[in-house]
Amino acid sequence: MTTVSMTVNGKAVSGDVEDRTLLVDFIRVNLGLTGTHVGCDTSQCGACVVHVDGKAIKACTMLAVRAEGSEITTIEGLAKDGELHPMQAAFKENHGLQCGFCTPGMIMAATEFVERYKVSGIELDEAAIRKELEGNICRCTGYHNIVRSIEDAASKM
Amino acid sequence: MNEGIGARVLRKEDKRFITGEGRYTDDIVQPNQRYASFVRSPYAHAKIKKINKSAAEGMVGVEAVFDGKQLTGDGIGNIICGWMIHSKDGSPMNMGVWSALATETVRYVGDAVAVVVADTAANAKAAAEAVEVDYEELPSVIKPDAALEKSAPQIHDNAKNNLIFDWEIGEEKATDDAIKGAAHVVELDVTNNRLAPNAIEPRSAIAVYSKAEDHYTLYTTSQNPHVARLVLSAFYQVAPEHKLRVVAPDVGGGFGSKIYIYPEEIVCLWASMKTNCSIKWTAERSESFLTDAHGRDHVSNIKIGFDKNHKIVGLKVDTIANLGAYMSLFSSCVPTYLYATLLSGQYDIANIHCNVRTVYTNTTPVDAYRGAGRPEACYLVERAMETAARQLGTSPAELRRKNFVGSFPHQTPVIMNYDVGDFAANLDAAIKAADYGGFETRRAEAAKVGKLRGIGMSSYIEACGIAPSAAVGSLGAGVGLWESAEVRVNPVGTVEILTGSHSHGQGHETTFAQLVCDRFGLPADNVQVVHGDTDKVQFGMGTYGSRSGAVGMSAIAQALDKVEIKAKKIGAHMLEVKESDIVIEDGEVKVPGSNKVLGWHEVCLNAYTAHNLPEGMEPGLKEGSFYDPANFTFPAGTYICEVEVDPETGHTDIVQFVASDDFGTIVNPMIVEGQVHGGIAQGIGQALLEEVVYDDNGQLLTGSYMDYAMPRADDLPSYQVSHESTPCPSNPLGIKGCGEAGAIGSPPALINAITDAIGNNDLSMPATPAKVWAAIQAAGTKQAAE
Repeated sequence: MTTVSMTVNGKAVSGDVEDRTLLVDFIRVNLGLTGTHVGCDTSQCGACVVHVDGKAIKACTMLAVRAEGSEITTIEGLAKDGELHPMQAAFKENHGLQCGFCTPGMIMAATEFVERYKVSGIELDEAAIRKELEGNICRCTGYHNIVRSIEDAASKM
Repeated sequence: MNEGIGARVLRKEDKRFITGEGRYTDDIVQPNQRYASFVRSPYAHAKIKKINKSAAEGMVGVEAVFDGKQLTGDGIGNIICGWMIHSKDGSPMNMGVWSALATETVRYVGDAVAVVVADTAANAKAAAEAVEVDYEELPSVIKPDAALEKSAPQIHDNAKNNLIFDWEIGEEKATDDAIKGAAHVVELDVTNNRLAPNAIEPRSAIAVYSKAEDHYTLYTTSQNPHVARLVLSAFYQVAPEHKLRVVAPDVGGGFGSKIYIYPEEIVCLWASMKTNCSIKWTAERSESFLTDAHGRDHVSNIKIGFDKNHKIVGLKVDTIANLGAYMSLFSSCVPTYLYATLLSGQYDIANIHCNVRTVYTNTTPVDAYRGAGRPEACYLVERAMETAARQLGTSPAELRRKNFVGSFPHQTPVIMNYDVGDFAANLDAAIKAADYGGFETRRAEAAKVGKLRGIGMSSYIEACGIAPSAAVGSLGAGVGLWESAEVRVNPVGTVEILTGSHSHGQGHETTFAQLVCDRFGLPADNVQVVHGDTDKVQFGMGTYGSRSGAVGMSAIAQALDKVEIKAKKIGAHMLEVKESDIVIEDGEVKVPGSNKVLGWHEVCLNAYTAHNLPEGMEPGLKEGSFYDPANFTFPAGTYICEVEVDPETGHTDIVQFVASDDFGTIVNPMIVEGQVHGGIAQGIGQALLEEVVYDDNGQLLTGSYMDYAMPRADDLPSYQVSHESTPCPSNPLGIKGCGEAGAIGSPPALINAITDAIGNNDLSMPATPAKVWAAIQAAGTKQAAE
């Protein structure tokens, strides 16, 4: 067992983990933050995406011990002061979710790449959004309204 | 704000999902919780000679290891198929024995033979790997047609030559005669590829046994928790029904795969009793691929005969359907009554005959997956119609139009009685939206840049709202297929709807509330929808077959009728007027055009204080109903797909996808459009990308998202979706259902488009770049493009 410490959603947390414990299990089991989901175990579906030091990371590909000292944001920490993040609001307003299981990962991935495109000044058109979503799988929506949601949020972020 | 029927109300359930507060089964933690891990067969077919559990039992954290003999020894029953089909010789289907943990023989890779219960998921998994099973490998068979050969290995003793049943529908001789006399006959051999449903939430179960109460609770990823409770108690003898509570909390997609009661839930409940611990099991994705019931897997031949005026005179189909290693819960009705009854399509056909042989193979069990039988029927008919148009040198649109059913009700030769529709309206709307007439110009433009452009259509029909209980009973169903609902009005006027339907993405918490808004003019925020818990909801048949609207909402409407009648009686009494003068709207109970007005809440409060009720009236305002549908419903429409194929690589780009559907009444267009988008994406997945592949030894080659091609955002286009509606006459709201249409109508439209582009009709699903490239080479169309 190793003790790991990190900041999750602005709060300092620590816990004892096995060397093999994945970050996603630390978040879900140790911290009880179950908004981050596990859909595939092979880093394909993206249901487990969280932000680690500002980058969108699949939490099933990272060992908990590697996150030592990191700043982590999960879906539970995205809304600030009771105000939904524009990406969260856009998913609701554009019917960008159905069963909701992939949604936290979709939102966490999208907030990161929208910011990234904004900083780089490259236009985020529909084709770019679809390409950036390559690592997030949704089985319900056919992606149509996820793309609309991200376009909408990008115009407000 | 109008939140009634037809309004695009934003979803009430979304807030918890977008903030991470959804509660799925694996999110739940119970006191004294342990974890289960299953020992699974690595062989497609083998005898179990010996199971040695001792090494695993001694490992750290292990609570217990159980095998199949212990399970059956405790009287846990075999898993059954709940729909009896008789062969055409009158004999009942040959259902083989399926124990939740195999005792003597394993019949597919992934068949469970033992379970380990341990303190953590990781320890359970490690110990499961330490269970030693001594197998004697047997020969296996994977392909459905090969399973029927005399030399094929025998999978179940009671199913000779692996034949489960040999069933037919329609008049064979009349159909043969009609086709014989036809001026033109189109014939196609068609394989409908095997698919894995792939809800993104893997299946999960938590079993909680209370020794003191001798009571069981099962939290599970179910589309139909009441059916799960009934089957677990009545057939598997896990617990008596009144001692078993089944809760299906937030469920992350189903698509059919979460209808069935699988070995894992049975074993977790039983092991919870044996260990007196709560037991959680959550599938890894590879287990989902191995054990979630697969879909499709038909091999068929279709012949359609046309007269000299291009009218269809007869349609004949011969199908072999692969049901896998065991008969899953509804596996027998999918390739029969959900399939062959739709072979008339949208067309007026006097003679139809279909023969279906279902077979066992050493593969994962196959059952209903989004569309369930109807996509297979639609694919056959619509591929054949497009092929016929090409062979006859006529327009695919006009060949369809010429053969459309023109008047309703229309009795087909294969049971179904189409109640209403306007097929030409959908065809015209799709043609207009797709600019079908302008296609040749676009094709020429594409050719200039070396691309092969093609267009294809599909005019689908399906049957939903499953279904009148007496009708399905006469066809072999083991259950009734009604739905129940309860409307509880609280003393303050807020409303709870308890429904036997289950939402796993369909937005019931919103659309069901809209019925109350529509009826009484209350805001949607004042309505709470309760579902998915057998302790709260009296009974229900669950959600599949696009039945929550046509059947589930009809039950709610029927309960609302009763609430409305009683509220009017109370209001009339309070206002001292006649009941017939009372109107309830905008949250008021009133006599229109007068000053006699009560707030809705005043009537509700009086119902519960009972201070001023009509003489003899019981207090309270709560009504229930059971709604049994009068007929199937028949959603229909036309889809048009346009593609560009790169002849150098065989890669297909979908450049346009148009859908015009007739779903009858639409309660929430936003949600219905979302259902169509998702259905089309799954249909495109089947046609372009997805296929479950086994090697010759029955090893699953597509056991993860690294190997099975799930449709991703950059594989798919945006869709143009619209509606031309004819309200369904057989239910009170006029709803037909929209959940499966997209998956039914889209595969033939896409394959018709690709085959049009490449000039070669010989192309099977999934149309991967390699297959398309090879078909281009075969047809020599590469030069044509250059």
